[in-house]
Order: sequence, then structure tokens, then C-alpha cells
Amino acid sequence: MGAALARAAQWTAAGSGTGTLEITPLNESLLNQIIKFVEDFSARHPREAAFVFKEPLEWKTQLDCSAFGNGYEITEATVQSEAKAKDGQSLLLLTKSTLRVRSFDQLSHVLQIAMEKKLKEVQACLEANRDPIVQILGPEYGTVEGEDRSILHLLEKVKKGGDPETEVKMKIFLLLHQLDLQLLNSSLKQISQDVRLNPAAVNNEVNLLKNFSEEGEDTVLESLEYTSDYVFSNGCRAPPWRQVHGEICYLVINPHDTDPLCITCSTAGVFLNGGQIDGKDHIDYERKSDVYKDIVTFLRERSPKFVENMAKQEYRFFKEPTYAKNFQRMGVVEAKVSGQSQSLHDFVEKKVGEKVKSSASRRAIEKKKLEPSMRWKNAGLSVLHRKKHITAKAARKDAEEDRRRSSTVSPKIKKKGNGISSESAKIQPASKRKTSARFNNVSESSSETEEDEEQPVRHHEGGTDLPSEYWGIQKLAKYLKGGNPTATVIALCSMKDFNLAQETCQMAIRDIGCLEVLINLLDTEEIKCQIGSLKILKEISQNTLIRHAIADLGGLEIMVKILDSLDRELKCLAAETIANVARFKRAQRTVRQHGGIKRLVGLLGCDAVGSTSLTPYQAKDTEMARCGALALWSCSKSTKNKEAIRKAGGIPLLARWLKCSHANILTPVVGTLQECASTPSYRLAIKTEGMIEYLVKNLSSEHEELQMHCASAIFKCAEDKETRDLVRQHGGLQPLSVLLANSENKQLLAAVTGAIWKCAISEENVAKFREYKVIETLVGLLTDQPEEVLVNIVGALGECCQESVNRSTIRRCGGIPPLVKLLTGTNQALLVNVTKTVGACATEPETMIIIDRLDGVRLLWSLLKNPNPDIQASAAWAICPCIDNAKDAGEMVRSFVGGLELVVNLLKSKNKEVLASVCGAITNIAKDEENLAVITDHGVVPLLSKLANTNNDKLRRHLAEAISNCCMWGRNRVAFGESNAVAPLVRYLRSNDPSVHRATAQALYQLSEDPNNCITMHENGVVKLLLPMVGSTDETLQEAAAGCIANIRRLALATEKAKYG
Amino acid sequence: MFTCDPPVAPSDATRPLLPGPGPPARVTMTAAAAAVSGRPLTMSRKRLQQLVDALGHSTKHFNKGEVECLIKLFDKLVAESSSRFAAAGFDRNMFRDILHSAFGMTDEMIMDRVFRTFDRDNNSCISVVEWVEGLSVFLRGTMEEKIKYCFEVYDLNGDGYISREEMFQMLKNCLLKQPSEEDPDEGIKDLVDIAMKKMDYDHDGKLSFKDFEKAVRDETLLLEAFGPCLPDIKSRMAFEQKTFRESS
Repeated sequence: MGAALARAAQWTAAGSGTGTLEITPLNESLLNQIIKFVEDFSARHPREAAFVFKEPLEWKTQLDCSAFGNGYEITEATVQSEAKAKDGQSLLLLTKSTLRVRSFDQLSHVLQIAMEKKLKEVQACLEANRDPIVQILGPEYGTVEGEDRSILHLLEKVKKGGDPETEVKMKIFLLLHQLDLQLLNSSLKQISQDVRLNPAAVNNEVNLLKNFSEEGEDTVLESLEYTSDYVFSNGCRAPPWRQVHGEICYLVINPHDTDPLCITCSTAGVFLNGGQIDGKDHIDYERKSDVYKDIVTFLRERSPKFVENMAKQEYRFFKEPTYAKNFQRMGVVEAKVSGQSQSLHDFVEKKVGEKVKSSASRRAIEKKKLEPSMRWKNAGLSVLHRKKHITAKAARKDAEEDRRRSSTVSPKIKKKGNGISSESAKIQPASKRKTSARFNNVSESSSETEEDEEQPVRHHEGGTDLPSEYWGIQKLAKYLKGGNPTATVIALCSMKDFNLAQETCQMAIRDIGCLEVLINLLDTEEIKCQIGSLKILKEISQNTLIRHAIADLGGLEIMVKILDSLDRELKCLAAETIANVARFKRAQRTVRQHGGIKRLVGLLGCDAVGSTSLTPYQAKDTEMARCGALALWSCSKSTKNKEAIRKAGGIPLLARWLKCSHANILTPVVGTLQECASTPSYRLAIKTEGMIEYLVKNLSSEHEELQMHCASAIFKCAEDKETRDLVRQHGGLQPLSVLLANSENKQLLAAVTGAIWKCAISEENVAKFREYKVIETLVGLLTDQPEEVLVNIVGALGECCQESVNRSTIRRCGGIPPLVKLLTGTNQALLVNVTKTVGACATEPETMIIIDRLDGVRLLWSLLKNPNPDIQASAAWAICPCIDNAKDAGEMVRSFVGGLELVVNLLKSKNKEVLASVCGAITNIAKDEENLAVITDHGVVPLLSKLANTNNDKLRRHLAEAISNCCMWGRNRVAFGESNAVAPLVRYLRSNDPSVHRATAQALYQLSEDPNNCITMHENGVVKLLLPMVGSTDETLQEAAAGCIANIRRLALATEKAKYG
Repeated sequence: MFTCDPPVAPSDATRPLLPGPGPPARVTMTAAAAAVSGRPLTMSRKRLQQLVDALGHSTKHFNKGEVECLIKLFDKLVAESSSRFAAAGFDRNMFRDILHSAFGMTDEMIMDRVFRTFDRDNNSCISVVEWVEGLSVFLRGTMEEKIKYCFEVYDLNGDGYISREEMFQMLKNCLLKQPSEEDPDEGIKDLVDIAMKKMDYDHDGKLSFKDFEKAVRDETLLLEAFGPCLPDIKSRMAFEQKTFRESS
């Protein structure tokens, strides 16, 4: 039912997240069908009904505990079903008003109990679980647009092993799928009856009615007015927060025979609203009548006089309809008798006049196009003027002379000319590096800012020293502007012979006004002209300025339209040009908004994948897919485009092309995938669609760029454990370690080390890496690398360090000194990783000696001053093992001037992780009595006590340990009691985490040495909580719990003794 | 506007030898011609079958069913017209009408050249064989066939070269007349220069077939450099769909 819910149901707030289901007839019928399905489910499919959901469906219910009867255990505020899942959890659990249900059996039971509240309950349930299939079957079955493979995977599983659970899953999936289809079908019926009004239609109707409205008997209405004069750019008059509900505008209508009617025009139709309140400013938006399909239908229903006067048909036109003006045509083409010149004229007219209809900015361009060389005019070289008298050839000669003259006569201008050439020299290499430009942003390519990453370079205007290319291109431009398709094609082919990769030519084309003509050519029906134009645009769009100019001139919209063409070559060229142009955010957005993503994904949809030897037809298909993938790659830099690609069903197609063996198509495909892998849905798809296997395979490709994108995709995906396992199972760890040898290509190295880092999170992978001697290689790479490589290397070492063998390997290879040296760096991500790795290494006493000798602890300690909380936390964690393992740790800590005060003050941080890590550090510091005395003076006790009221188990554990160790000094025990730390600690024993229990029991044991604390603990019911812990298998916990109880008991005995002598 | 003859009058004796029809076509042409001679307006079933068989061998781009459809179309068009050539095939005007209505061609001179290229035996009448074989290249020709065909169309006098003058003739209506221009031909001459510079590889001042072929292989767009003489994709598909679906 996922698809139906996502598409058909009408949610109030668009997009994902929390929305509510509106109560509309459509939604009601959807809900009723779902209710019927669920109610009948347990009777019809008893076996499937017993299936336990992967995650419970959870929602706020309005049902009362008392409603539950037989089969449920009811206590004060909770209801549990007697039926339990295998793991012992109840299939239904109601606590406060939160209901958790884990099987269809229970679901249908709930609905039976709910009686008339059924609808509300289902609504609440679906609002809280937007895609219930995910809860029921697991995230891999979530609703995806486009081709859905999950059922196929499932089918394979069923085929392989006769696991009855998979079979049941399969059946449930099919049943839900059936329901989904049924829902969609019925909603389609509903929707097809719906009317969709739009602002233009409403406006037309209002204008029409206005013409027939006036005071007097014969008119249809007395008056009809909008409530608001302000029109938003989308044509609506309703305020934006009402537009969300589909409302377009509000009208006050004065019919002849009834009171004024205040109506709402919405996309769903026309209805009566609550009328204007407090004069004119406010409208009661509530719907008060049925919905009608338009204003006339509404009025027919409401005003008999309206119907009557309409029937008379004696209309007088009161005023000229305002919109009629729009029908006036702009230019009239002089009609020619000969069909031939007619068609030529049409063509040229189209090229030049096409854009007159669009916006003012376009018109400005138009002007520029007709009179292309404004600059030249300024420079005193008015071409038009000149052409009258002399031929173009002569003009050229003349201009050269002019130039020579200007260069000799005025040295000042010459200097200016030099300025330009040096600047263009600067830009040129940038435009030539077309592939390496893509490399640049491997690591942060997916930065999600909406700023343009590509700022157009301002170009010098008004240069006087025009290169000879200008003349050549100027001459050809004449034929582009004033020629028929044949002349245009000759001119285009000839223009292609200029060196279009050269900045001068690119700028000449732009400045002469050719760019506009080239783009207008795309908008003609002449395929040959379109192809010729695109061949030039494709080349010159390597230049940033041209890219922006093309986007400004509306070229992207036309190219997107061309993607629908029948001609394959044309489609390929359009896609390739889009790939070049869409390197900046605005262009990427434009492509999406004009439906480009869907069409580009369409280019991938052909069937040449599996074959190795290609027929010419398939070769063209492959070429088309390559161009499509290139364009998608450019577009996929934007988050919304990633989503759009997914919605257009791009993932399965990319997955299919991933299986082919042509590097020229694999590179853009993998490039797109790795770009998109920054979003979770792609990562899931990459895992479940079996793409990891092919990513691994292509790690061994011959193309470094492809290798890099594969590694980078693995880097992004391997955060997930199953993915890491898949990489290993497909033998990906070995090629990764081999690639480390190629340390020249830094982008590749960054991607590879990143992949190794993330893969090393799994122990099994670390074992493999050890086998391939990766740790030694990584240590060897610790010097002289760019920071983005170092971050990954150190991260990888940090993961490997979880095992003692590897820690000693790092030490043996001499990895500690470079690591400690990196502690002095400034890169935040690097510092987080380095501190973590150094901390992990410090757990070995032998390594600790080296760190101590290099003054590493002092460096770590200084990082506590870093403003970044991640670094603070990571440094504090690293300090813990250092203190633990250093010789004369107490002396060492004291030697850091102001160090202890710094640590204590960090307890004021807001960040939970920082707090937990600092508590950890304090636990270790407090082991030294003298240092404990110092931190006590700095006020550690009240600061720790203040933190006691937390729900974070990690913090609880370390806080309890810190409190326990800090009790050892002076009257700290009493002080903890006075600052109210004891009662919260007792509550920690209710936590689910055994390590919290242990730390808490120890702290309580220490605190119970003070009688007042014992009383507080007893009052908070500590004994009942501690008693079961005495029976724990954890000896430390056992002892601490017993000790605490003993202290309390002793106090009680002493009191009794004192009382009764 | 009506320009039916190129400046250099073509003589029938100097038909282009270069891109002439290949030997297999010659053989079947005689065979098919036998079937055609003295053909009444409605062909007998047997004769039609013979003709289809003969042409099915010579034209590799159409299957037999398609050949049959084309023959039927030919008969239909011939029957509709009342020209004196009707018994034998299309005359110049009829053919031009077909090119115009079915393929949207407008350039008189080019249409005339297409007629002459279709009309292999130079009798100013396109027979059913010439019709089917001509369309084979026209609609579905390989790149090589199309290059030959286009060169033949553009080589107005059939001397095996496209000269400057021929280019001028073909391009002279290419530019929108601008009243400011004193010499309107100046622009055309420049355009001819541009085309010559682009395509004349051996710098002999005229385009040989070799020049033309090389230029087109280099840049496919130049195939129809001097005017549209092949159908565009849309009208081609429309024609094929209409012709082949209607009668099959």
C-alpha cells in the first residue's frame, strides 16, 4: 500500500516527515479499504496473520486500557497481549497512549475493539508510519518508484532455501502489493472525477462574469469582486499558507436575489466559505458548502435569478475583455508567392524572431542579436556601416590595418590589450582541464549548499585589440543569421573548423552574438541545423562563461526538449552538452524543473548491456546511454536531482549498465552512483541491487578515474555493516590494498584510503587487511600526503588499532612519531581521527612510553582547548588510556599548567559526548590523590552532580565512575549528597545497560559510607533494586551492590541500637 | 523562380559514369524491364509476382512485401494522373509533385536533379523499376550509397565534378535578400568560397567525388551540403508507415 499512500492519499504537508491525512472523501475511502483488508486478514490468512513484524507499528492511540478484554494483561497504565513473539516481547503493548503492535492478528483485534473509532485509529497509525511495509517486512521492502527488485530478491531466497518465514514474508508482500494495486485503482476512479481548476481558468471565468455584471435587472449578477488585489507570481491570490491547501482566490459575489456570497476557488473546485470576518481583512476559510466544478455551476445552484438571466441570453458587453489584447500578433511576415522563398523566410523568421514572445530579458537579447556587435560600434568599427561600401574581405584588411595603427599610435591601449591576453591565459588552462575538473571535488562533491560552486569569471569588456578569429566568425555569423538551412549548415561546419577549445574563439562567438543564434537554431525543426549547432555548443561549453551564458539564454530548456527527438545523434549531442553546461547549481535546477532528469534517465533505458560485441544499433544505444549518464553525473551534484533520478527509476538502469564492460560508459555511471551514494536511499539500493560486486570488479579496471569512482562509492557506502561484508565477500579488499601502491594519483589515493577506512570498521576486514600488509603500507604513507588522504589513512589506522596485534605493528613500523606530529595540525576532521588513533595506541604500555617521550599527552591536552566539540571529546577519550598507562601519571598531569582546571571546566559543555569523555578523563585523573584534591578545589563535585539528571546511558556510566572515584577525597561523599546527586544515581539502576549498573553500584557503594546518603538511597527504594544485582554473575557489580546494602543495613542496626539501647 | 535547367546543358551522352548503378542492378533491370514492357494499367497477378521477384533481388533494402507495396503505390499514382506518360511511369512534373507532397521538398532545382538521378535511362520518365531502386537509396541507403546519390544530384552537368558555378547555382537562393546589399551575389560568392575551402581537399578549385566523400565522412552534416535532396526522418517515417502499412 506504500505506493497508494505516497501518491494517491492527500497529505496536508507536502513532502516526507510528519504530515497528516486530510479528511477528504478520497482518503476516507482509502482508509476504509485498508480497514476492511486488515479486519479480514486474520480470518483469511491465519498463518500470515501470526507473522511477527520486523519493527512494531507504533502510534498514539485514543483507545482506553479498559477496552481490552480477554487475552490481555492489564495493569495501571499498560496493556500487554498474552500472545508473545519468539523473543518474548508482547505482540501488543500499550503504554500511556502509545500503542505498539507487531502482528496482523493484533492489528485486526485492535480494530475490532476500536469500533466506531476505527477510522481515527487507522489514520493515526498511517500518519505515524508513512510506509508501513518498512515496519512490517524491513527497510529493503520500502516503496520505491520505478522498478522494484525486492520481490525478486525475495523470490530467489524462497527458491534457494525452504525457510518458511521467507515464504510467509513473500505471501504478505504479495498480499500488500495486491492491496496497493486495489487502492490505486479505486483512487484513480475518484481522481478522474475530480476537477482541477487553475488560476488562469478561474481568472477567465471571473472576467467573463464581470462582463455580464452590473447594477440593473438584465445582468446576471450585481457584482463580483476578488477579496484581494494582490496577485502572486503563480497567479493565485490566496495567501501562501492557504495555497498549500490548493486554494487559488476568494470572491465576494452579489447576486440579485440573495445575500452576498463569499466563495473560495480552489484547485478542487468552488465552494462557499465562512465569509469575511472583521470587515475585510480576514476570511473564515472553513468550507460551508459542497464543492462545485466552477463558479457558474455554483451560481446556478445558489441564485435562481442568475439562471433566469442567463437563459434570457440578452447579454450586453459592458467592457472589452482585458485578456483579448494578448491575442494580437506581433509581426506579420510579408507573404511571398514562391513556396520556396516562403519556407526560407519562415525559417529565418523563426531563428531570429522566435523569442520575441518571451520575457523582457529575452527581448533585450533579441536586440543584441539583431545588432550583434555593440562593442564594435563603440570601438568605431561599425560593421553594418562599413558593409555598405566595401566587401568583407576589404573590411578585414582594413581592420588589421586599424589594429596596427592603434597598437603603434596609442601605447596605452596596447597595454590594456596585454591585460586581456594575460587574463585569458589564466582562464584557458582551466577550460582545457575538462576531466580533471571533475576530479577536483571528489571528497566534497556532495556538499549540499545551494551556492554556485562555479563563479563566472568577469571578463574584460571593451578591449580594442580584436584577434583575427573575430573576423572569421563574424563572417560566418552572417550566414547563420540570414541564411536558409543549407547555408546555415555550411556555416556551422565551417565554424567547427575554428579551434573551439580556444578561449578567443569562445569569446568571439559570445561577443558577436552567435550564441543566441546557435541557441535559437536549437528551437527550429531543422535537425541538421540543430546537430550542427550542438556540435559547436558542446565544444564551447567547456568554458565557464559560456556555460552561464547558455543557461541565461534558456538553452537548457530547449536541450531538454530535444531529448525527446527521434534522431539519436541529436539526443546524444544534447545530453553531452547538458553534461557540460550543468556544472553549476542553477543549471542543475533548471534541468530538473523542465523534466530533464526523467528524459536523461530514459536515455539509459536500452538493451545493449549484456553483449560484448555490439551491433551498430547497440553501439548507438551504448553511446546514448553514455551521454545520458554523463549528463546525469553533472546533474547529480544536487540533492534534489539525486532524488529525482531515483524517482525516475534511474537506479535499476544504472545498476544494469554497471554490469557492462565498457570503461567509457562505466565511468559516468559509477561517477553518478558515487555522487548519489551520499544519500541513504542510494546506499541501500547499491547494497540490495547487488552493485557492490561490480564496484569491486571495476576496482581492478585499467582506468584510474573509474577505479577512483568505485573506491569512492565504496567509501560512501561502507558505513553499513552488510555492505562492508559484501565488499569482503566479493574480494574487494585485495584490490583496494593493491591500489595503495599507486600513491602518485592523490585523488585515487584519497578514495582508496577512504574505502579502506570504512571497510576496516569490521573486524573480519581488518584481519584481511593484516594479511595484505595494509597497515604497514598505511604507516608508510603517513608523511607528505595531502590532508584529505591523511584523514582517511589515520581513520583507517584508528579502526585497525582496536586490535592489539595491529597496535604493535604500527609501533614496530614507526607509525607513532608521525601520528603524534599530526596532533599539531589544524584540519578538524584529521584531528578527530588522529586523537582517536593515538588514544587507541596509548592502550599499549610500550607505545605509551613513546607517546610520552614525544610529549604526545601534552599535545592531546592542548586539543581540549579546541572549540570543536568533536575534537574535545576525542582528545578527552584519548587522554584516558594515556593516564592509565603512563608511568608517574599523576606527576605528568600536574605538570600541565592549568590542565586540570581546563578539564573540570569542560564539564560545563552542552555536548553529551564531550561530557562523557571528560567524565572518563576525570575518572582516571582522580586515581591520583593529589590531583583529586586539585580538581576538588576546582569544584568538580557540584559540576558532576549537576549532570546527574541525564538519560544518556553512556554519560550515566562514565559519570557514575567519575563520582565513584571522586568520593575518595575529604568530605566529597557528603558534598555529593548535599548537591543532590544520590537520588538520580539510584534511578540509573533501572537502566537496561549492565555497564551502567556496575558503575552505579560502585558509586552508590562509595556514597553509602555517608549515613545521610544511605537515608536518601533508602528513601528512593535502592534496596529493592540492588538485591537482584547481588545475584549477578558480574563479581564487581555483586560486590558493590552487596557492600552498599551492607552499609545501609549497618546504619539501620546502629540507629536501632541507639534508639533502644 | 522556376529554374528547371542548369546553366550547362546536360547531354545524355555524358551521363555520370562514376556513381552509376552496380552490375547486379543492371542484370535485374533488364529482367524487370521485360516484365514491364507493354504493361497494361492493371497488372496481372503473375506479372506482378515476377516483377516483385526480380526487384526483390536487386534492391537489398526492401523485402518482397515492401517492394509489392511500392509497386502498388506506383500504379495508384500513375492511374490517378492523366499525363501522357501515364502508361510508362512518372514524368517530371508528376514526380516533383510526389517529392513535394510526400517529402516536403521545395527547391525546384534540387527536385529536378532528383528526378534526373532517379531516371537512370534518361528517357524523362521514371519507370517502376527506377522508382523502386531509387527509393531504396532515397529511403534506406547506406552512407556510401547516399554519398554517391547526393554527389550525382549536385553534379549538375554530370561531368564528375561540382564546380564553383554549380555551387553558385544551387546556393543562390540561400540568403535572405537584404535591401542594403548592393551586390546580392557577393554573399553567395563568399558562401561558395567557404564551402570550397571546407571541402576541396586537393585544392583544384572544384569538388571531385573523392573530395566530397572525404568531407562527408569527416562531417556527416555535409552530405546535403548544397540543398536538401533526401527526406528528413519524420517525412521518411511517415511515408514508410503509410505506404507499407496501408497495403500489407
